[in-house]
Parts: sequence; C-alpha cells; structure tokens
Amino acid sequence: MTDDVLLDVRKVRKHFGGFAALNDVTLQVRRGERFGLIGPNGSGKTTLINCISGTLRTDGGHVVFEGRDITGLPAHRRTRLGIARSFQIPKPFASMTVLENLEIPLEYAAAGRSHSGDAADEAREILRLMGLDAKSDVVTAGLTQIDLRKLELARAMAARPKLLISDEAMAGLSAAEVDEILTILFELKGRGITVIMIEHIMRAVMRFSERVAVLDAGEKIAEGPPEEVVSNKAVERAYLGD
Amino acid sequence: MGGARFWTAAIGVVVVGLLVTRVISNQYYYFAAYVILQYIVLATAWNILGGYTGYVNFGTAAFFAMGAYTSLVLIKALSAPLPVLLLCAGAVGGLLGLGLGYLTLRLKGVFFSIATLAMAVVLQTMFVNWEYVGGSRGLSVVRPARAPFFSNYVEFLFAVMLVIAVAAVAVAWWIEHSWVGRGLTAIRDNEEAAECMGVPTLRLKVLATTVSGVLMGIAGAPFPYYVTFLEPGSAFNLDYAVNSLAMPMIGGTTTWVGPVIGAILLGTAQQVATVTISSALNLLLVGVILVAFVILAPQGLVGLARRLTARGRA
Repeated sequence: MTDDVLLDVRKVRKHFGGFAALNDVTLQVRRGERFGLIGPNGSGKTTLINCISGTLRTDGGHVVFEGRDITGLPAHRRTRLGIARSFQIPKPFASMTVLENLEIPLEYAAAGRSHSGDAADEAREILRLMGLDAKSDVVTAGLTQIDLRKLELARAMAARPKLLISDEAMAGLSAAEVDEILTILFELKGRGITVIMIEHIMRAVMRFSERVAVLDAGEKIAEGPPEEVVSNKAVERAYLGD
Repeated sequence: MGGARFWTAAIGVVVVGLLVTRVISNQYYYFAAYVILQYIVLATAWNILGGYTGYVNFGTAAFFAMGAYTSLVLIKALSAPLPVLLLCAGAVGGLLGLGLGYLTLRLKGVFFSIATLAMAVVLQTMFVNWEYVGGSRGLSVVRPARAPFFSNYVEFLFAVMLVIAVAAVAVAWWIEHSWVGRGLTAIRDNEEAAECMGVPTLRLKVLATTVSGVLMGIAGAPFPYYVTFLEPGSAFNLDYAVNSLAMPMIGGTTTWVGPVIGAILLGTAQQVATVTISSALNLLLVGVILVAFVILAPQGLVGLARRLTARGRA
C-alpha cells in the first residue's frame, strides 16, 4: 500500500489569523488515481491545494510526495519534483504567446525529465492534445475563457508532472465545454499522470473520480468512492444544512 | 538581432567612439556625451529590474550615489586608481541590490517602489551627516594630472563610460536572450504562476536586483572625477530616478534597444535644452514627453515601430 501512495498529506494545518482554514487534514492519493476534492465554498479546498503545491506554508503537519517530505520546499522545487497545478482564476503569462507560456515550465520544470529533446516540439504536442494548436502563436491576453482554462491545464502538463492538480478548471463553462475538459483530463490518466480534481460541478466530479474526499470548514468529513460519498449524511448536511 | 551581429555592433560602437576622440577636439561634446552614455547605463540597469522583471525602482539615485561616494572615499583614503573604483563601486551597488532583492519577498508593486524611494532618502540623509566625505557641503576632487592613452581627462572619462555603456547593454542583451530573461518575463507577467511552473522566482529576482545594482554603482564610479566636486544634493538628485525610469518607458521596456533609444533621445534633448534654454527646463521636458508617451505609445518607440510594421504587413 505505501509503495503506491504518491501523495501523503499528514495532519496539515493552516490558520489565517484566528481562522482555521485547514484543521489536521489527512489524505492519501495513490499513483495513477483520479482523485476528486469537493466541499462547499470556503471549505479550504484551494488552501489545501496551495499547501500541497507550496504557494502557502503550512502551520503544521507534513506533505509527503513519493516518500519524500516536501513540507519545507518552495513551490518551484515541488514543481520540479513533479507536482503541477492549474489556477482557479487563470494566471497566464499575458505578454507571451500560448506556445511561449508552455516553454516556461518545459525549460524550468521539465528540463531534466523531458522526453524528446526539443521543447518547442513537446509544447506543440501538448497543444494538439488540448486542442489549442491553432492558437499557439496567439498572445494570451486575447484568449477566450475556455481557451484560458485549457491553457492552464496545458501549461501544467508542460511541467511533465506526476501529479496534476486541477483547481476548478470548469467553473463557468458550458456543458459541452465541461465535457471537452473532462475528455482531456481522462486522457491524462492514459499518460500515467495522477490527477486531483477540485470541482463544484458534481456531474463532472462523479464521472471523473475514482475516489472523492469532502472538505467542510477546514476538516475532511468524508472520503471514499463517489457513490458512497454522495449518500453520506455528513456530506448532505455540509451542503444543505440540517 | 543575432549573437554575432550584436557583438560585432557592440565592438564597432566602441571602436568608432575611440576614433572620434582623435578627430573632435571640442571638450563640450565629451562632457555632453558622457552624460548621455551614463544614462544609457542607468536606463539599461533600471530596465533589467523594471522592464524585464516588473519591479519599478525609484531609487536609481541611491545606487548611483553609492557608486560615486564609494569612489570618493577610495580616492580620499587610498588614492585608488580608476579600475579599483569601478570594481568597488560595482560591488557596493551590487550589495545594495542584493538587499533590495530580499525586500521583494515582502513588498510588491507600488509598495516596493515606495520602499526604494525611501531607501534613497535615508541614504542621502546618512551622507549629509558624514563629515569625512564633506557632509552637506560636499568635497572637491582633484583629477589625476594625466589621463592614460588620451590627451585629456574628459576624453578619457568619455571612453571609460562608453565601454561601460556597451558592457551594460551587452549584459541586458544576454539576459534578454537567455533562460534568465524568460524567467524574469514570467515573473513580470505573474509571479505566483511563474513559481508554480518551476521558475525559482526569489533567486531570479535577487539576480536581477543585484545585476541592476552593480551596473548603477559602476555608472556612478567615475562621477567624482567628472564633476570634480561631489555633494549629496547632486549625487542623490531625483533626476537620476526620473530619467532612468522615463528613458526605458519612452524607448520601450521589453527589449535592450528601448532604454538605449530612450537615453539617447531624451539625454540629447536635455543637453540641447540646457544649452539653448535653461537647465531647469530638463525635468519639465521629461515630464511632458513621458506623459505624451504613456498616452500615445504605452509600449514605447519599440512597441510603436512594431505596431506600425505589423499594420504595414497586414
């Protein structure tokens, strides 16, 4: 069991002043798994992702990746080890073209682990997979919402991650666009990339995830296969109230 | 511009500049050209941090003055030769830049800029109260009796500043075309995303502030010999901060050419204005031109040229 644990979050705690955003959250993600993370607004999902990716320092607990304690590492080192994320609100490198956006992680994060030699070729291949190849030379400042979301995922992929964390890649998209993103995420699994998906769109999480964890007010209140979790009383209370 | 062509042009500029000193004998031209070259260094150095990385530094005068005062102390205490002055002024500027780099950990955007301005004020106050370097009265400097290789000292200073300017532009060119420059651009566009894409943001920012500080310090090193009288008011003059910011903005902040074009245009205009109208008009001139550019060509002349050629092709 321990061998195939890719990410091990142990009693992670994060406070903002007197507010406990995360209270001893513990969860494990296995290698190759499709893991869903859900919970009401403000339940601490994005805070947890920030603690895993390293943009926030934890106030307690450990984050272990591939058996290595990475709690003290800055975000860029974690990306190099194989944790990549997308942002809920797209944060493109706005002065660069779509292709150049991908060349940053390829050069900085994936340089030691990249497959083929040429970064530009690799970037183009990822863009083809994402259906962004027609826009590779467009400056990102002029992209539409869906394309920005796709770019977020494409850029994270260009870091050649072992674990990809998708933070609400589908919020505000139409049903057809949600399906499009889902297809892409399923495709990642085929490439051996473990995916953590944070999402509000239940239909998508339930279809995608093999296992789901539910956060509420900074605590994990349920974990298990999607069918089981949705029928959980505590989860129902968290979403709908008593 | 490719590597070979850039280096050929750089060496060509130095050679032409040196040949000119054999032809023109009017001292005024060297005085004026020195100031313009000095601004090429300052604007280029400012742009490495402000243009490439997106951290706006209002403290150029502090770096410049630290370089100048480092020279002054070394001249007074040890009668050190110019190469030593350049080296030490660069080191002091670099150390100040290093400190500024760690400041970016806590201060971003306009808060960083205010801190750099405050740093300049604090340092100026220190020098005003330091008797050894003359305090607020200032101190005269006697130039060495003879200049090596040149018939007089002003020509020699011009040649020194020419080499420094070309070297500074070469550094900026290298940064722009290397992994460092691409990382800095990512930081400018979005620092958090850059860090999450594997860019060591702190290390690169510290590198940018340090390189920028070294170049500004070196730019100040020959200054005591140029003016032969150094006092805090002129060394810490706000003109340096305003000009080194305005020049890249006018030329264009995304490439090495921008600050060079801006420094040559604005620097020349200021020199002409000083001679023909009045020296007080300088800053007003900068202000008016800067406002015009922010409104009409926010990407600077380089951006304007690109836009026009793109339209021409379409």
